[in-house]
Amino acid sequence: MMPLASSLRTALAVVLLAAFAFVLIGPLANLALWSVAERWYTPYKLPVTYGTRYWQQVFRPSGDAMASLGTSVWIAVLTVVVALALSIPAGYALARLKLPARALFMVVFLLPQAFPSVAIYINVARVFYQLGINGTVFAVVLVHAAHGLVYSVWIAAAAFGAVDKDLELAARNIGASPLLTFFSVTLPLAAPGIVASGIFVFLESLDEFTGTFFVGVPQVTTLPLLLYNAAMGGNYQVASITALILLVPSVLFMLFIERFLRADVLAKVGA
Amino acid sequence: MSISQRQLALLLIAPGLALVAALFLYPLSFSLISAFTGPKGGVSLDAFRKAWELYSGDVLFTVVIVLASCSFTGLAAIIIAGTLTLGENRWIVGTLKALYRWPLFIPFIVAAQCMRTFLAKNGLMNNSFVAMGLMEPLQAVSFLDWRGIIATFVWKQTPFVALLLAGALAAIDRATLEAGRNLGASRLRVLVELALPQVMPQLLVALVLSFVTMLSVLSVPMMVAGSQPTLLTVDMAFRINAYGDYATANALGVITYLLSAGAAIIYLKRGMAKESAS
Repeated sequence: MMPLASSLRTALAVVLLAAFAFVLIGPLANLALWSVAERWYTPYKLPVTYGTRYWQQVFRPSGDAMASLGTSVWIAVLTVVVALALSIPAGYALARLKLPARALFMVVFLLPQAFPSVAIYINVARVFYQLGINGTVFAVVLVHAAHGLVYSVWIAAAAFGAVDKDLELAARNIGASPLLTFFSVTLPLAAPGIVASGIFVFLESLDEFTGTFFVGVPQVTTLPLLLYNAAMGGNYQVASITALILLVPSVLFMLFIERFLRADVLAKVGA
Repeated sequence: MSISQRQLALLLIAPGLALVAALFLYPLSFSLISAFTGPKGGVSLDAFRKAWELYSGDVLFTVVIVLASCSFTGLAAIIIAGTLTLGENRWIVGTLKALYRWPLFIPFIVAAQCMRTFLAKNGLMNNSFVAMGLMEPLQAVSFLDWRGIIATFVWKQTPFVALLLAGALAAIDRATLEAGRNLGASRLRVLVELALPQVMPQLLVALVLSFVTMLSVLSVPMMVAGSQPTLLTVDMAFRINAYGDYATANALGVITYLLSAGAAIIYLKRGMAKESAS
């Protein structure tokens, strides 16, 4: 190979990589800048004055943001409880028991994610309105749980499927009842996968906007709704700080998901 | 045992199915019925006529935006996954691997807020170009319109498609790729002619899923672009919030179902053609 051509290619690759990094990191950097910009107007390329005034405003104990954060986390926790209560039995049935039309049931759990959801949510809101539960935390939790169920059911099924059947048989052989076997052998072995699915559902709920927009308003204000209201109201600082709060768990999850979701479980998801 | 294993299985799965039935299947049928019911009751296409009259431009706009976003997402994902699989410079591959997944779990609404600031007339993008001397300050324009929507969708969906594609590429037989390289084919040719045909199904699944996701997103078109023209999701929300007009909103909803069904059918058709060929 000619050394000149090869170093040219490397230089081109480095330039392309830098451009890619700019496109990827730039929007996030702009968000971070806005969160510490106390004044920033047109001719200036960078904020005129920096400061944490808006952070203090957002994190004031009586502020809207803390209330929204509390609502968001509370809804996400309840959503995880509902989703796991439904998906642990369902996942076990899908992975271990003889189930007629198993593939069909797997698809049914996927359906809420496989259809454009806005049209579904407007009708859910209409039904909830007639039932008088629109604008309650309960209604939002139900919507989030239905949306997250595909992850929790599919991952739970994969986690139960990856448990070695011989271990269950060994427990049965030394006299354990099926129920005791499930709680002392199967469930603990499947636990890492189920925890991963719980984190997934938690994040989905924390980040969910469209369903809450239709079902939760005006009483339930989660962080994404606060972000939307602040952004549309022109308050870029509060919007950016709220966005950063939502960003942290997403990025942490991206970095650590492989620890929770082992490759043998991951390979079985959806199978 | 008093109940059979089959009954136990159905019993265990029933609560989950009930939630999906109540919060998906029931509202879905509700939306279909509402879309096809006339103002005086009875089956009618009035709602579709009205929806088409008011929003035919937005239907076209939605199709073009979403298809363009999917195409760019696919292209970017192929470049990233191809570099990860066939790249020879370890430093470049490592950097790319560490970078490309960042937006993977970032919510759309956060991505929208990022882009609202980044792509604005005085956003960080234009400011950086001016600072680097690539552009005069007066040439700066806002990208917060259809271009902003496409940019946000591509930024957010590319890591997902690239992740699935890189996984699929890592699983194919390296020997064919090495053989191609040994016979003197360039890496680009190996990628396009040897590797990609083997992972087409995975690429199509990822793109069909992205297509449906983009048809469902409400926050991005509301926050990144102005009011007209806009995506159908915004039109549906507007019909409900401004007029309580469920018939027209549901007719638009049925149109979005049909669009995503179209994408799914293209995928299934390809899968079936492949099965009958093999």
